[in-house]
Amino acid sequence: MTDISAETRSAEGQLSDGANARLTTDARDHTDTPTAGRTGRLPRLGRQWVLRLGFIVFGIALFAWPHLHGTPTDARQWAEWLCYAMVAIGLDIAWGYGGMLALGQGLFFGLGAYAMGMYLSLEQVPRGSLPSFMALYSDNTELPLLWKPFQYFWFAALAAVLVPIIVATLFGMLVFRRRIRGPFFALLTQATAVIFTLVLIGNLKLTAGFNGLTGFSTIFGRNKYRPSTNLWLYEVAATGLLVVLAVALVVVRSRYGRLLQATRDSEDRVRFLGYDPAVVKTVAFALAAAMAGLAGAIAAPVFGIVSPGQFDFLPSILMICWVAVGGRGTLWGAVLGALVVNWTRVTVSDARPDDWQYIQGALFVAVLVFAPGGIAGMLKSAGQRAIALLHRQRDRSTLPLATPEAAVAVGPGRKPGA
Amino acid sequence: MQTLLNNLYIGITLASIFLLVGLGLTFTFGQMGVINLAHGEFIMAGAYVPYVLQTGLLKSHDSAAVLIALPLAFVVAGLMGAVLERVLLRRMYDRTLDTLLVTFGVSLILQQLAKDLFSANNKDVITPTFLRGRWELLGVSLTHTRLFVVVVVLVSMAAMWLFMGGTPAGRRMRAVMQNRDLAAVSGLPTSRVDATTFFIGSGLAGVAGVSVALIGPIGTGTGTAYILSAFLVVIVGGLGKLRGAVAAALILGLLNSYVEYFTSSTIGKAMVFVFVILFLQFRPNGLVSFRTRGLTA
Repeated sequence: MTDISAETRSAEGQLSDGANARLTTDARDHTDTPTAGRTGRLPRLGRQWVLRLGFIVFGIALFAWPHLHGTPTDARQWAEWLCYAMVAIGLDIAWGYGGMLALGQGLFFGLGAYAMGMYLSLEQVPRGSLPSFMALYSDNTELPLLWKPFQYFWFAALAAVLVPIIVATLFGMLVFRRRIRGPFFALLTQATAVIFTLVLIGNLKLTAGFNGLTGFSTIFGRNKYRPSTNLWLYEVAATGLLVVLAVALVVVRSRYGRLLQATRDSEDRVRFLGYDPAVVKTVAFALAAAMAGLAGAIAAPVFGIVSPGQFDFLPSILMICWVAVGGRGTLWGAVLGALVVNWTRVTVSDARPDDWQYIQGALFVAVLVFAPGGIAGMLKSAGQRAIALLHRQRDRSTLPLATPEAAVAVGPGRKPGA
Repeated sequence: MQTLLNNLYIGITLASIFLLVGLGLTFTFGQMGVINLAHGEFIMAGAYVPYVLQTGLLKSHDSAAVLIALPLAFVVAGLMGAVLERVLLRRMYDRTLDTLLVTFGVSLILQQLAKDLFSANNKDVITPTFLRGRWELLGVSLTHTRLFVVVVVLVSMAAMWLFMGGTPAGRRMRAVMQNRDLAAVSGLPTSRVDATTFFIGSGLAGVAGVSVALIGPIGTGTGTAYILSAFLVVIVGGLGKLRGAVAAALILGLLNSYVEYFTSSTIGKAMVFVFVILFLQFRPNGLVSFRTRGLTA
């Protein structure tokens, strides 16, 4: 009895992984099999060049965008969304490619933002003196030990990426080694984001509590209010996004990337092949954390404020929404999703603030129930349908026997459509 | 000593609410693999039931309102759960992680709906006259409301235990929980059993909501406050077993109240979380779990 139930259970486990079955085939499309040239797809070299060309065009478009369109405040807005896109790419690697539903990405985004926020707070005051909130709330006379190294930009920048990596690695090793996965993993990561904000709020004297770090009127030596600063921040964010995207594209297409997808689809089989799934997953989780940390570091001056509410579990889970809407398992989808969802959010909540939450909720439901592949998935299937249609038409013109009439004419008795 | 006992009392009431919330979650998760993040909003719905009764139909009958609210909240929250299951979740049974996100979307919608219906301000449920008062025992003041909550939870637990063990419907639920395929080939209507499970699990959240309304103000965020702790109870307790849920709820409730007392509220919550992570190092499947030889457990 127990044995049977055990086996069906593990079979069920694989079935539930079947959620990603469709995504797997999508992913396989990327890993240019030599035979791919036959069925109307681009041949191996061609696909890579299309990818590279696409990347370059995207890069140029990204830098040209603020000059073509909009005002300096728009540039700041877009810089914010580009940061979100970086987070989304990391999440997509963890969730879309690795099958780990990380609901606490706000933790890593927040760690990065706080690292840079601490540097920026210290930039506002003469070297060695306390940031303004600390002079108000605490009776410290000199900078606490935790704050001291953040006087240096290089340290803050390094910490913004390294601290998330360290935290994610520790958490990942503890959790994945014990084979905690699926929903359990999701709930634990969600709890990490909650704990993070609680700790931030609780330590008023160190972190400025609920109000957060703010008042960055000088950003890396530039006046915050000058329009050129907005443009500069946008360009920094765009550079960051391109770097993150390039790294992600390389990682996903590497041997490791394939191993990660294999782990997502059948962890046990990967284990039997001699790999350690815990390590594979931890690396992906840490990579996602690093990307979120970098995004946070760039977002801190863009937001102009770093406070716990920005990294709570609600914002964290909304990050998943970006990836889901854009299309998990495709990096372009993740970027697109972050931009589209946030653009819609700002547009809708400007006009009708109360309705946004309904729309956001409905978006979650609609996308996940009816279009699990997101926008990218829909575009892809539409594209495939178009290609198939083209092929059929070409076939018709060259092979008259394939038409229904011809089939009736020569067919062995069975009527078409019967 | 007195404060220790006082914290014991607070811990136990906290544990009993965690238990009621967590129990519903273990059922739906244990049976269908559905992580229902909208469960918190079912608590909220249950909490608004006595408020609505007291301000509307049963105005100036506060005690009657609370007593009627208990079964009514069970039905209201239960129906919400059953509708959720029929309309959305059954379409996506083999996609566990996606159901988690879909139910989150539903919870966003329900929260905004509550904001539109009841405004964003917190509401107070009037404590019924028979619950105003306290007993002193060994220097601990046992407020009647909290005692009532513990009694409600004990009664619900006993009812669940009898239902699961003694009735055909309960046995069917257990069968589907243990092995869905075997239950299906034995002729059980698993789909209908699923709907029942969801009704009962969500109904328990409604009862928990009434309890929550008795011990503090309620608002649109009421559910969110409890849901995360309830999930930790589920994780620590193991899936689909009453015993595990009871033990886990007690451990976490007491831990929460004591650590919070000795440190601070925020450090307390963080410590509980660290405890859960460490605990999972030793028992990844929770305190009590179905024995299996499967790799995935």
